[in-house]
Amino acid sequence: MQGGRRGGLQGSAAERPTTEVARRAGTLLAGEGSGALNPPPRRTPLPRGWAIEERSGLEQQRRGPSLAPPPAGLGCAQSVTLSLCRRSSAVSCALAPVAAVPVAALADAGTMAATDIARQVGEGCRTVPLAGHVGFDSLPDQLVNKSVSQGFCFNILCVGETGLGKSTLMDTLFNTKFEGEPATHTQPGVQLRSNTYDLQESNVGLKLTIVSTVGFGDQINKEDSYKPIVEFIDAQFEAYLQEELKIRRVLHTYHDSRIHACLYFIAPTGHSLKSLDLVTMKKLDSKVNIIPIIAKSDAISKSELTKFKIKITSELVSNGVQIYQFPTDDESVAEINGTMNAHLPFAVIGSTEELKIGNKMMKARQYPWGTVQVENEAHCDFVKLREMLIRVNMEDLREQTHSRHYELYRRCKLEEMGFKDTDPDSKPFSLQETYEAKRNEFLGELQKKEEEMRQMFVQRVKEKEAELKEAEKELHEKFDRLKKLHQDEKKKLEDKKKSLDDEVNAFKQRKTAAELLQSQGSQAGGSQTLKRDKEKKNFF
Amino acid sequence: MDPLRQSPSPSSSRASSPRTFSCERLGYVGIEAVLDQLKIKAMKMGFEFNIMVVGQSGLGKSTMVNTLFKSKIWKSTMPGLRVPMPQTLQLHSVTHVIEENGVKLKLTVTDTPGFGDQINNDKCWDPVLGYINEQYERYLQEEILITRQRHIPDTRVHCCVYFVPPTGHCLRPLDLEFLQRLCRAVNVVPVIARADSLTIEEREAFRHRIQDDLKTHSIEVYPQKSFDEDINDKILNSKIRERIPFAVVGADREHMVNGRCVLGRKTKWGIIEVENMAHCEFPLLRDLLIRSHLQDLKDITHNVHYENYRIIRLKESHALPRGPGWVNLAPTQSPTPTGTRASPGPGKVCRWAEDDSDEDF
Repeated sequence: MQGGRRGGLQGSAAERPTTEVARRAGTLLAGEGSGALNPPPRRTPLPRGWAIEERSGLEQQRRGPSLAPPPAGLGCAQSVTLSLCRRSSAVSCALAPVAAVPVAALADAGTMAATDIARQVGEGCRTVPLAGHVGFDSLPDQLVNKSVSQGFCFNILCVGETGLGKSTLMDTLFNTKFEGEPATHTQPGVQLRSNTYDLQESNVGLKLTIVSTVGFGDQINKEDSYKPIVEFIDAQFEAYLQEELKIRRVLHTYHDSRIHACLYFIAPTGHSLKSLDLVTMKKLDSKVNIIPIIAKSDAISKSELTKFKIKITSELVSNGVQIYQFPTDDESVAEINGTMNAHLPFAVIGSTEELKIGNKMMKARQYPWGTVQVENEAHCDFVKLREMLIRVNMEDLREQTHSRHYELYRRCKLEEMGFKDTDPDSKPFSLQETYEAKRNEFLGELQKKEEEMRQMFVQRVKEKEAELKEAEKELHEKFDRLKKLHQDEKKKLEDKKKSLDDEVNAFKQRKTAAELLQSQGSQAGGSQTLKRDKEKKNFF
Repeated sequence: MDPLRQSPSPSSSRASSPRTFSCERLGYVGIEAVLDQLKIKAMKMGFEFNIMVVGQSGLGKSTMVNTLFKSKIWKSTMPGLRVPMPQTLQLHSVTHVIEENGVKLKLTVTDTPGFGDQINNDKCWDPVLGYINEQYERYLQEEILITRQRHIPDTRVHCCVYFVPPTGHCLRPLDLEFLQRLCRAVNVVPVIARADSLTIEEREAFRHRIQDDLKTHSIEVYPQKSFDEDINDKILNSKIRERIPFAVVGADREHMVNGRCVLGRKTKWGIIEVENMAHCEFPLLRDLLIRSHLQDLKDITHNVHYENYRIIRLKESHALPRGPGWVNLAPTQSPTPTGTRASPGPGKVCRWAEDDSDEDF
């Protein structure tokens, strides 16, 4: 089917195919998402009848800059006129920063693509007819094989008030039971709970991450409810950006955690959007692909439903909220996506219970007045949602996230840092200068910090010194006191000793005195007594 | 919307590695439809492939390219035509868009006339390396822009086919030097050119000697052993590695053989059929380059060689301190007096690349 359609391009005439493809490129540009950036339609001058281009490239002696490489870095052939026309397209490319044609997809398997197959064909690459079967038509298969072996990942964010059936809907969508208990209504703030699951279907492995808001809409003051969500999304972008800017990076095995789709659950009031919903969606629309859905839609009757949908879409439009539009540029899906776009927001019902209806088991909800079948298109839009989200547009959702939302985030972040690009036609603003300035600034800050730290250090040292001195003083005092005590004690003891000595002396004196008296008395008494005394004395 | 719809599983030459179940699935969800989406997107965008052929003049490079892609990519130089021998090595690039069964391929072929033709071939690999690095540089500059294009045009050389002259002995010093330097920067596929001048036994012997030479000098040609991911890859690639370098013959004329019209070379003693496995190994080369490993070549270029280049570039510009929380982007090379964002001259870049490669590897 596609071969036939593209058959018209396979020709020797260089002009017809180029105009057709360029025109299609124009429609590609025009039909591209409802992003805030609308690139101008590209006008590439189509040169006539190019022969084989030859480029005299680098010569061995040449050391300076090579032959005026085109700023946009196209590898095509160069001649003077050619470089002119390419420069003009390069300028228009620089003007339209987010250039239109879809990006090489999966951050892992980089399909190198035609961007500008339109641009290149227009610039003189000849379409050469093949004389036989070469065999590169197996390329898409090679690519798909590589992707399959690497696996896919998909991240969904479910935003909605507690009790709107977010977890049930996820269970129903993916036909499994993800674990988790229902949240209470008493959360103090909005939190995000994230779970990753590995799903496998035939040979395709999908790493599915479901992030759910817990406590959204439960607080009394809901002014800041959107903030945790925005912060979470930004954090995922930030993580990816950090990985991308690393010197040694492993992007092809990096687990991409950026949110690819945001399902916004609208409460089935039947009237209009709540202001909380409007505010939150407005904050999120530039960061993530929003798909609004009406939850628990079995509470609304059919007539009310149509009115509700119209009301919602008109409110969204009047408030300038950019919800995700299914892409209508590729013929194979344009039709179905176009009709589905008209059915937004989808009114869904989720149910994991299976009931027997007729002779088949179906997912349904049973009421006394009837049974609502989940997969019945007349009852709700669940099948449409599943079709759109998973079976038709999963790849596009990821691509939009990567090429539009992530690039926007990256640009803002880097500009915030003060980095600018070199402008190709006006005076160049080299990154080097910015770096020098930043470096000086940074060094200055470093010095200041050093000073501060030094001062703090000095102060601390002083304090410590003072403390130590005091302690020393105390010790000295103590020592003195002890010494004094000791001296007192010593003195007392000496006094005592002295008095004792005195007593001993006195006693001795008395003793000698007494002896003297005795000896005198015995001398006067006679020699007998002497003898007797002597004998006595001998006895003594 | 039909839950029983079976999306066609891609024809895979090998089974994909099984994943662990962590959720019990109760029915068909439709996840594998993403493969279709991928295919559609790839077909719409088209593919790019850049190939470089290196070898002395007269080895049949242009003819080989024409034979590979079955179209007149190059005007093959006929002997006898007064083509002035280029005094210096030049690189010629040609881009074509070819389409087959709805698959668009933008093919860029870079030729190197004058390679190895001078008397003094010293540093003849510099321009080639310079060109390769220049393509990396272009891509890097595009990638680090603040407002970058949605799709960065890929001009990086995905594969370099090196033509070895059929001497029958072993690799010459020029070949060895060149291969050593190049296999670190790009995927190199060596082939024995003009293999119709060797008999089958001579071919085998030559091939073995070349393989030994490559091993002795630790030259890793494509498919590199260190990049094999799983066991299936290993088995497949080791079969290929046994046959590297392929002995090929190129021809762009058709002749009648047994009632069939085949590409071949007609000589007095017979017609050498290019696509006949018994005559030469051209089909193997074609299958490797185009039918089975094209995507792999691109992936390795993007994930390995380009990343290596990027690491070197970022490191050398990393004299600046880290800002708060961010890694430095590579600033432009020290600005020339005009201050233009000129890519560094080829000599400078590849000289540095050489020096670094001498240090790092």
